[in-house]
Amino acid sequence: MIERTTSTLDERSHTAPFGLKALRYLFPDHWSFLLGEIALYCFIVLVATGTYLALFFDPSTAQTVYHGSYAPLDGAHMSQAYRSTVHLSLDVKAGLLIRQTHHWAADVFVAAIALHLMRIVFTGAFRKPRELTYYIGLSILGLALLEGFLGYSLVDDLLSGMGLAIAYGVALSIPFFGANIAALVWGGPFPGSEAFWSRMYVAHVFLLPILIGTLIALHLFLVSSLHHTQFRGGRRTEKRLIGVPSFPGQAPRSLGLMFAVFASLFLLGGLVQINPIWIWGPYHVADSTNGAQPDWYLGWLIGALRLMPGFDVTIAGRTVIPNPFWGGVLFPSIVFGALFVWPALERRLTRDRHPHNLLDRPRDAPHRTGIATAILCWVFVIFMAGSADRAYVLLGWSYQTQIEVYRVLVFVAPVVAYWLARRICVELLGNEGVEARRRAAKREAERAAGRG
Amino acid sequence: MRRLWRWFLVLFVWRAAREAEDVGERPPRIVAEGPPSPRAELVVVGLLALAALSAVGFIVVYALDRLPDQTQYLGLALGGAFAFLAAALIVTAHHLVVTEDLEDEYGSPDPEAAGQLAQVVSESGSRLRRRRLLAAAAAVATTAIGLAAVVPAASLGPIYDLDRFTRTPWRRGRRLVDQHGRPIPAAAIHTQELFTAFPEHADPEEISAPVVLLRLEPDQLHLPSGRSGWAVDGIVAYSKICTHAGCAISLYRTPLFPPVDEPPGLVCPCHYSTFDPQTGGTVVYGPAGRPLPQLPLMVDRHGHLRAAGNYSGPVGPSWWGVRNRKVSS
Repeated sequence: MIERTTSTLDERSHTAPFGLKALRYLFPDHWSFLLGEIALYCFIVLVATGTYLALFFDPSTAQTVYHGSYAPLDGAHMSQAYRSTVHLSLDVKAGLLIRQTHHWAADVFVAAIALHLMRIVFTGAFRKPRELTYYIGLSILGLALLEGFLGYSLVDDLLSGMGLAIAYGVALSIPFFGANIAALVWGGPFPGSEAFWSRMYVAHVFLLPILIGTLIALHLFLVSSLHHTQFRGGRRTEKRLIGVPSFPGQAPRSLGLMFAVFASLFLLGGLVQINPIWIWGPYHVADSTNGAQPDWYLGWLIGALRLMPGFDVTIAGRTVIPNPFWGGVLFPSIVFGALFVWPALERRLTRDRHPHNLLDRPRDAPHRTGIATAILCWVFVIFMAGSADRAYVLLGWSYQTQIEVYRVLVFVAPVVAYWLARRICVELLGNEGVEARRRAAKREAERAAGRG
Repeated sequence: MRRLWRWFLVLFVWRAAREAEDVGERPPRIVAEGPPSPRAELVVVGLLALAALSAVGFIVVYALDRLPDQTQYLGLALGGAFAFLAAALIVTAHHLVVTEDLEDEYGSPDPEAAGQLAQVVSESGSRLRRRRLLAAAAAVATTAIGLAAVVPAASLGPIYDLDRFTRTPWRRGRRLVDQHGRPIPAAAIHTQELFTAFPEHADPEEISAPVVLLRLEPDQLHLPSGRSGWAVDGIVAYSKICTHAGCAISLYRTPLFPPVDEPPGLVCPCHYSTFDPQTGGTVVYGPAGRPLPQLPLMVDRHGHLRAAGNYSGPVGPSWWGVRNRKVSS
C-alpha cells in the first residue's frame, strides 16, 4: 500500500530521490532552534485567521451611523471599517475568537522572530556561509513590524487613528522630502484621502503577506541547503553534522510544536482579551485618549519619540529636521542598520573569513556578546521609557523624573551592560580553564598513584 | 469436505513459503529498530480521542445560540483540540518512533561548478564586440523603462502641492460650532474646562479644523506681541493638533492651588508635549519643537464666538521649511 503510493508518485514526478533526502534530512537538536519554528507556525495562523477576517471586514472610510447590538455606541458616527470590525467582533459567531487569535498571533510572531534573532546574534550563527539567510530574516522582521502596524491601523478605532497620526508626523519629519512622501502615501494632508484605506488594505492583506511568505520560503530554502548550525560537543565538527532525521524522529516533534503553538494562540484568543476596540470608540481627528499604548513591538519607537528633548533643528529660522525624525526614523534605522552590517563588520574586524558550522556559546566571543548585550540594553531602556506613563498610573512615579532618569540610562546602561556581559564571559571562560586544569591534574595524580 | 480441507492446506503452505521468501529478500533496514510500547500507543489513542472530542465540542458550542461567554468556550474547545493533538504527537515522538542520532556531511562550495557558471555567461557574450556600448545602451533602456513604470505612482497623491498642508477652513468671521454644529456663546466657555470647537460648514475631519477653547484669567495672559486682540475676555483658541506628531490634545492641566502648582498646560497624551496657553501656546515640556498655532477670536452681536482671522502658523506636525510658511484660507 505504502510502496504502491510512493512508486505511483515517483513514476509521475521522479521525485523519490528528493523525497528520500527530505525524509532523512538531519536536524541538530537544541531547544533554542525552535524559536524560528514558532514564528513560522504563527505565520500559518495569521494567514488562516486573516483570511477569515477579510471575509467580514470592509476597508472603507465611508461614514455611517452605528445601530448595532453594542448599545453604548448606538448613534455614534464612524467609518465602515470600524463598524464592520465591531460587527464581526460582537455579532459574528466565532468572529471575536478569530480576531483576538489573529492579534495574539501577530504579537507572538514578532516576539518569536525577535528572540530567534537574539539566538542568531549571540551564537554567531550569522557568520559565513549564512549571511544571506540572516539578511532575509532581518527583512522579515522589518516587514512584520510594518504588517502588524497596518493591521491594527486598518480597524479605525481611536487607538489606530492615534497611531496613524504619529506615523504621519514621523513621515513628515523626514528631511527635505517628508511632506512630499506624506502627500504621496496619504493622498494629501492627514487623515488623507479615502484611497489611503485601500492602500493600507492591499498592503496588509496582499503585498506584505506575499512578500513575507516568499522571504520565509527563501529563508527555509537557504537553511536547508546549508544545513542547520550545531553547538560544539560529541562527534560534531565543522565538517560533520549530527542530528535527528526529519522522519520519523523530527516530524512528530515539529508537528507537536506546531499544534502546541496553535493551541496556545487559540486559548489566548478565546480566554485573554486583546484590543477591545468597541471600548476605544471610533477615531476622529479631534479625539484622543490618555494612557494609549501601541502593540508591544512598537514600544521601542514610542519610547524614543517620548525621550527626545523638545526641539526642531532649524537653520536661520528654517525647519530642517523636525523632532519625530530622531525617534521615529533615525533610531530604528540605526538599530536595523547595525544589525544589517554586523556580519560584514565582524568579518572585517576579526579577519575571520572562514565558513562556520559550529556555533559559539555566548561566552566564546566576549566582545560580540558584550556589544550585542549593549545594543539590546539600549533598545530595552528606550522601550521601557515608552511605558513611563503607565508606570506613573500604576506606581505613582513622576513621569518627568522617570524621563530624566531614562535619558541618563540611555547612555549609561549600554556601557555597563557591555562591561558586565563581557566580564561574565571572560570569567566563565576562565573558570572553564581552571576546571580543565584541575581535571587534568587529578587525572595526572591518579595515574601517578596507579603507577606508585 | 476432506478435499476442501486439502486444498486449504496446500494454499496455506504455499503462502507461508512465499512469505518466507519475502523475508529473505527484504532489504536491510534504513530506520533504526526500537522496542514496541503498547501502553504509549494506548495513551496516544486516548489523546487523539480527546482531541476529537474537543473538536466536536467546538462544533456544538458554535451551533448553540445565545450562549453566554461563547468566545471563551470556543477558544477553550479549539485550543484544547490542538493541545491534545500536540500532546499525542509529543508522546509519539518520545515513545513510538526512534530518535536516531545520525551523521551527515556539511556541504561545501563547488568552485568547479561556479567557474563553469561564469564561463557559460562570459562565453555566451563572446560574439559581442562593442560590449561597453551595449551595456550602456541596455542600462539606459532599463532605467528609462523602470522610471516609466514608477512614474504613475505620482498619481497616489499631490506630491508637489504642499499648499494643501497650509490651507485651513478658518477665515475672519467664520463661526465656531460645537460637535453638533451649534454656535458657541462666549458665556458657555468656563475656566478650568477644555472645549473642542470646529469651523461652521466645514469638514470636522480636516487636520486644521478642530480647535480647543479655554477661558483664562485676562491678567494672566501674556500673548506674543501682535496678538493683543486675539483673546476675548480671556477666551483663547488653539489648534487641537499637536505640533509634534499630530495627535489631538485632549488633556488640560489646570493648577489646583495656583500659587505653587504649575501653570495651566495643554497636554498631548501621545508623547506628553505640553503647551502653555497663557503665553501663546509655547512648548513648556515634551518633544514638540513648535508652539501650538493660535486662532484669533471675536464675538458677534449675538454673543457667539467667531474667528477673527487664520492661525498664527501651520497646523500639525512639522516638516522641512514649515516655519517659513503662512497659512491660507
